[in-house]
Amino acid sequence: MQEKNRGLALFTSLVFLFLLGPLIIISFTSFEPGSVLKFPPEGFSWRWYENIFNVEMFMTTFKTSMFVSLLGNLLALLLGIPAAYALSRFDFRGKGILNGIFISPVLIPGIVMGFAMLKYVIVVYNLPIYAGLLVGHTVLMLPFIIRVIASSLSNFDFAIEEAALSLGAGRLETFFKVVLPNIRSGIIAAILIAFLESFNNVDISVFMTGPGVSTLPIQMLTYVENNFDPTIAAISVLLMILTAILMFIIERLMGLSYFTKR
Amino acid sequence: MRKTGLYLLLLPGVLFLTLFMVIPIVMTIASTFYQDGSFTIQGYLQFLTDAYFLKIMLTTLQVSLVTTIACVLIGFPAAYYISKLGPRKKGILLALAIFPLLTSSVVRSFSWMIILGKKGLLNSSLLAIGLIDKPLEILYTPTAMMIGLIHLFLPLIIITLVGVMENIDPDLLKAAESLGASKLIAFWKVIVPLSVPGLIIGSILVFVGSLTAYTTPALLGGKQRVISTFLYQNAITLNDWHLASVIATIMIVITFVVIYFMNKLATKLNPKG
Repeated sequence: MQEKNRGLALFTSLVFLFLLGPLIIISFTSFEPGSVLKFPPEGFSWRWYENIFNVEMFMTTFKTSMFVSLLGNLLALLLGIPAAYALSRFDFRGKGILNGIFISPVLIPGIVMGFAMLKYVIVVYNLPIYAGLLVGHTVLMLPFIIRVIASSLSNFDFAIEEAALSLGAGRLETFFKVVLPNIRSGIIAAILIAFLESFNNVDISVFMTGPGVSTLPIQMLTYVENNFDPTIAAISVLLMILTAILMFIIERLMGLSYFTKR
Repeated sequence: MRKTGLYLLLLPGVLFLTLFMVIPIVMTIASTFYQDGSFTIQGYLQFLTDAYFLKIMLTTLQVSLVTTIACVLIGFPAAYYISKLGPRKKGILLALAIFPLLTSSVVRSFSWMIILGKKGLLNSSLLAIGLIDKPLEILYTPTAMMIGLIHLFLPLIIITLVGVMENIDPDLLKAAESLGASKLIAFWKVIVPLSVPGLIIGSILVFVGSLTAYTTPALLGGKQRVISTFLYQNAITLNDWHLASVIATIMIVITFVVIYFMNKLATKLNPKG
């Protein structure tokens, strides 16, 4: 078994080298002083990090991405918290179907959803592009919000709620003073997971961009088509730092077990 | 609680999804059967008889299938190793697998452009050690897409499998061994069958994910089209919304057929019945 374990350990190390190597390489190339991406870099320079702030489109699209992900998140919470509560608290007819509907945005291919939204939300409903983008991201985030919050509600003992109710607190009061505070960390984790999904989204956003409206990942895609300098590598490093920070907070709040459950 | 209260909690979300997801999807599917005001399946016939479309479809299926098989073959042993580790090491390795999963697909695909390009890391290393004498053309081929997609989905199958394998009672393995099975036989007869449901769910995620991924093929595939980039091209560049809707419908059908049959298979093969 020792022998076999050593073999497996080596194999697993190679797997992780494959997974993380490219991300390490991209980080190194971001410091390349020349204007062509190289690994290993031929020197050290912050030049391309400065360039991010000089290219106006990166700043504009970063703001758009932030705005859409945060406001869409808020909308998804307003729609999702009551739904998650109803779905995990009560048994009723049609629950399975409703569960299915709320989860379906993750089942339908993102690119299909983006196209269908372009056709209907932008063209038929005639929403402005910016609003369409926001709606699209809200739909995208809703299943994540509902799933994570429902899973933290499933760990919540509803007897506590019953106790509050029987002591004379109103339904709404009980919800805000007893239920919500108890699932606070689940809600924050849900916000962060949904944020990452939305902030990184390409499939829906790629259809919802138009004159003057674009998100950071779409701007990055466009930039890569025309330039091959280390700017995208520098942005990548910043995005990875953001990802690492959010992941650390999620780990603290609810552990990473959310990701291993299917 | 009164029924009306319950439905009031669900109504906003349902209404929102109906308006912005269900109607757009259903209408997109319905629109493929109508052209110039009359019922037609012309769009599908056109799709199924055109060699170019079929080639794209075939490339897509091939790339997705290879990606899935590779992810299973690479992910299974790694997941098994991780699932046997102590909590601390396991936590670190899981975190290292989840990190790329949460990282933007643009970043991850871009990193492979640096590695696989004509003057990329791979070619320059191979040239330097003299293994090849002219750069390999990997970037912008189906191979590049596969590498990018394996990188994209490998963490997904690893963490899914670790989640399943963690729940396998280690005593079962000991029992098998005490009854005379060798380590390998015990692994094959105990771990593998009990992992099958997780393996199938993981494979669905990878297969459907590869089939519908956009960013990776768009960046690493160059002019090579797969069905998702073809949908985008028809919708945005060529403005052929009828054909784009047909492609979208085909993608939905494939996705649901795959999910349906694999789920059936998972239930059937579940040793816990």
